Amino acid sequence: MIEAPVLSVKSLSVAFGAHEAVHDLSFDIHAGETLALVGESGSGKSATALAVLRLIEREGGRITAGQIRLGRDAPVDLAALSDRQMQVYRGNRISMIFQEPMTSLNPVMRIGEQLAEVLRRHQGLSRAEAMRAAGQALDQVRIPDPARRLRQYPHELSGGLRQRVMIAIALACRPDVLIADEPTTALDVTTQAEVLRLLKALQTELGMAVLFITHDMGVVAEVADRALVLRHGKTEEVATVAQLFEAPRSRYARDLMAATPRLGTAPLRAPVAQAEPVLTVEGLSKGFALGGGLFQPKTVTQAVDDVSFEIRPGETLGLVGESGCGKSTLSRALMRLIEPDAGRVRLAGRDITQLDAAALRQARADIQMVFQDPFASLNPRMKIADLVTEPAHLHSGIIGEARRALAEDLLERVTLSRGDADRYAHQFSGGQRQRLCIARALSVSPKVIVADEAVSALDVSTAARITALMQTLQEEMRIAFLFISHDIAVVERVSHRIAVMYQGRIVETGPVGEVLHDPKHPYTQKLLSAVPAAVPGARPVSTARMPLSEPAE
Amino acid sequence: MTLYILRTLVKMVVTLFVIVTLVFFATRLSGSPLDTFLGEGLTPEDREAMIRYFGLEGSIWQQYVSYLRGLLEGNFGLSFLERRPVAQIVAERIGPSLQLLGSSLVLTICVAVPLGVIAALNRSSWVGSAVMALAFVGYAVPNFVIATFMVLLFAFTLNWLPVVGNGTALHFIMPTIAMSGVLIAALTRFTRNAMLDVLGQDFMRTARAKGLPETVVILKHGLRNAGVTVLSVLGLQIAGMAAAGNVVVEAIFSWPGIGELLVKAAIVRDYPVLQFGVITVSCAVVVINAVTDILYAVADPRIRMAKG
Repeated sequence: MIEAPVLSVKSLSVAFGAHEAVHDLSFDIHAGETLALVGESGSGKSATALAVLRLIEREGGRITAGQIRLGRDAPVDLAALSDRQMQVYRGNRISMIFQEPMTSLNPVMRIGEQLAEVLRRHQGLSRAEAMRAAGQALDQVRIPDPARRLRQYPHELSGGLRQRVMIAIALACRPDVLIADEPTTALDVTTQAEVLRLLKALQTELGMAVLFITHDMGVVAEVADRALVLRHGKTEEVATVAQLFEAPRSRYARDLMAATPRLGTAPLRAPVAQAEPVLTVEGLSKGFALGGGLFQPKTVTQAVDDVSFEIRPGETLGLVGESGCGKSTLSRALMRLIEPDAGRVRLAGRDITQLDAAALRQARADIQMVFQDPFASLNPRMKIADLVTEPAHLHSGIIGEARRALAEDLLERVTLSRGDADRYAHQFSGGQRQRLCIARALSVSPKVIVADEAVSALDVSTAARITALMQTLQEEMRIAFLFISHDIAVVERVSHRIAVMYQGRIVETGPVGEVLHDPKHPYTQKLLSAVPAAVPGARPVSTARMPLSEPAE
Repeated sequence: MTLYILRTLVKMVVTLFVIVTLVFFATRLSGSPLDTFLGEGLTPEDREAMIRYFGLEGSIWQQYVSYLRGLLEGNFGLSFLERRPVAQIVAERIGPSLQLLGSSLVLTICVAVPLGVIAALNRSSWVGSAVMALAFVGYAVPNFVIATFMVLLFAFTLNWLPVVGNGTALHFIMPTIAMSGVLIAALTRFTRNAMLDVLGQDFMRTARAKGLPETVVILKHGLRNAGVTVLSVLGLQIAGMAAAGNVVVEAIFSWPGIGELLVKAAIVRDYPVLQFGVITVSCAVVVINAVTDILYAVADPRIRMAKG
């Protein structure tokens, strides 16, 4: 390339206190180009983004070395500017969108005001002019009815719409460089696909350079031209996306690619032997009343609507659906953590919907749960030995030597060490904590484990190890899993059969191969087509204006 | 929103009814209020005449009904002591009380909110610690101690400030400070915590990423959010101040407000005045709470939405 890059980072190092988060990082991005910054949690991706925008000082970090040159013709070194000088560039020539659209907008300010203030500051527009320009900016990110949206507050918009508003704010002043920090990680796949298409289209329109930060190789394949793989703050590999996917040079990049689940590539698991189902759910329903007050009638939302399925011993049923489809309500209703309105749940031959409190407590030994957040679901004040054996202690009163022996045995089963029994939860990493959660579930030798987004908060390589562990345990102990996830590629990897949930109902169910390769229901088809392919160029990104398919609230 | 305001008003009316009832029966727990007031030594004829004069005939239920009817008609009874309508007596006292409440409120907000913001922004330096230590001390010292100390120093020793009454602007200084002390301490701590909470929020980072100057980020984006939480506490604090703070401070400075009137009425057992005074203060508390609720909803669109 002959022309100079728009953003050129040279030998950047960033530190938090004595800890060096980014070490000697260099990269260039040219106009119209997208560079993906890839890595797992703690790799220094976000620190890099915040350093470029010079927001790192606010988060307690500092730039210890290097240059950040912005601009093609007369580059400015952002690393050398004062905070006041930096304000001229931020949100104007270089801007950023963040991961959490739900919390990144000011909850007590109208959308219009939040957009207009950027235009007033950087372009010196009057209040009225800025508001008009704000309307155009919303129109540019394909938000229907911009005039109405300007007067709304963030909580009135869905996650996808909020991220569009964030994009509109970032692009209002037509920046040279856009930094996108995991902009679609918090969104459902179908919404993610729309936002990625939108970003690509706007990049073509505006010709900006994009630094795209993500942990998702599928997204990399879809949006980036080149990728930089980071690990522990050091550059592992810089390559074009095609090179990275075809022949990764570094060992870490190869591991990362191998750990990334790719839809349609996992070997199908052989169906389990015919047997009496261990869990049978028939016509389960649960509704929630919304609103209702002195003068208002209540409206009932059917979160789970007449759901039926069965799981055999040693089988994994993957339950897939997007946020709000009723997955979590279903898992809670079938364990009677909340009371279902209708339906029956047969667990190991017993109808648990009819049991009284005492009998239900006994029955719960047969069905255990593993939750999404391994940080919140372990009591920080309990010793690991007590923590992992607590269900067994409550069910069978196991104490003393026997309890200790059980704890050590459980820790070995989940490939932790016996010595870990004397430690506390905060001394473990996310992946290790999820192993502890599994150990705790195993302590009562359950027949069924409900794993609700159990690997969604983990890095891909960690997630791959956890799902492998679940599979081993399943084969040893013939445990049935209900594996709930929004990520179809992970579900494909672990499941024998798949059930697709949409608006409280199971719209399609069947063996993995059948559902994924020959989806019958239109929603399943839409969901599958939205999953990033993790193959560069697999899905041409259309730059045409596409309709907004999510419901406008 | 309209519905929400309507609901708040209905709640307010119900609360007031409960208060009126409680006050009525509480003052009658120890027999006829007139007996307590007049003592022994009246002829039966005089007694009958007095009972009729003050409208205290019939059973306690009949009295209750006629009292409620009186309230609705705007007839609140006669003072045993002054022999004139209690409404008139209380009305004369409302103005001075409101003035003192208003000046205390202004002082509290003007001091506490900036202090709280400063404490939050400098939380890890000595400035933040100093502000919080000061607030802690202010919170621990009751208002009558501050009042007595000020009277001794500024009135008796230095002779700078007047103690009794509300004649001039100088008269406002000590009662206002005495009323605000604890409030300032409480509100400073609260503002600091609310602000600290907001400083760590994602949208503050967004505001900085927009290129806004730090003052705009803190005041426009930060304080506006913290203000919503501060407002809710402020309402409760003012209500508390209207009810309790007034009595002590007004009594100390002989401030001709409702608080001072209540103390006097209680001492001489002038029940109609006490009764109506308590009802008036309760009304004020209930109204302040209702107004806070409504303002809170106006300030926070999420609540406005949730409450319909």
